[in-house]
Amino acid sequence: MIRLPFVLIFAALLFSAGVYGVLARRNAVMVLMAIELMLNAVNVNLVAFSASLRDVGGQIFALFVIAVAAAEVGIGLALVILLFRNRASINVDEVNLLKW
Amino acid sequence: MTAQEYAFAVIAAVGSISAIAVVTARNVVHAALYLVVALLSVGATFLLLGAEFAGWVQILIYVGAIVILFLFGLMLTKAPIGRDALDNTRRWLGLLVGLGVFAGLVFLIQDAFPLDGKAFEAFHATTAAVGDSIFREFILPFEAISFLLLAALIGAIVLARKDEGN
Repeated sequence: MIRLPFVLIFAALLFSAGVYGVLARRNAVMVLMAIELMLNAVNVNLVAFSASLRDVGGQIFALFVIAVAAAEVGIGLALVILLFRNRASINVDEVNLLKW
Repeated sequence: MTAQEYAFAVIAAVGSISAIAVVTARNVVHAALYLVVALLSVGATFLLLGAEFAGWVQILIYVGAIVILFLFGLMLTKAPIGRDALDNTRRWLGLLVGLGVFAGLVFLIQDAFPLDGKAFEAFHATTAAVGDSIFREFILPFEAISFLLLAALIGAIVLARKDEGN
């Protein structure tokens, strides 16, 4: 027996930590880690609602989110490595070539 | 409070502390290891809620594969150590936004689902039920996800390989 709002508040805390990490970090790999935290918060919500509504669909969407996160990390780290090769730095605030 | 809620409280406390440590750590490798603990506590939450398959997939894929990818990324980019090298100078603004998001979400959650509301039993969805549902109702999104994963794989190889021409 477990009450739904406790799980949701845990997810909200994970999400807020991720928001802070994306905004405050300047290292691109750390920004990707913070994005993973936010995706996990969404997964916690999906599984919690799946359990409380007695419907397996939420878990399946959590699995889909995990697959998309894996694709996102693969592409993201490839971009980071490419950036490091070209600029010798992965600080996101120094990548302003497209900003005028 | 039931036994399950006590167990969840311990898991959530460990997960919350390590999630905050991920975004405040001064050493990138420490941050990656804190991320392992945070992801494990999310997996334990899944298992506690009865989502067996999702829980083990979470532990295998996130802790087993994605964190290793992060560690490879850190090794290949010679990440610096120290707060000034990792955080930008206006992090207090990020802290303000993060706390604002947390306060807003908690207000909305306790508004929609009262804290002393009805508790629910863990929902034991077997792996058979999950597979049945994926290949019966969600076959189209499943195929779309597999195509996306293939495209991401090819894209990552194309991006990260060295050009042989120059």
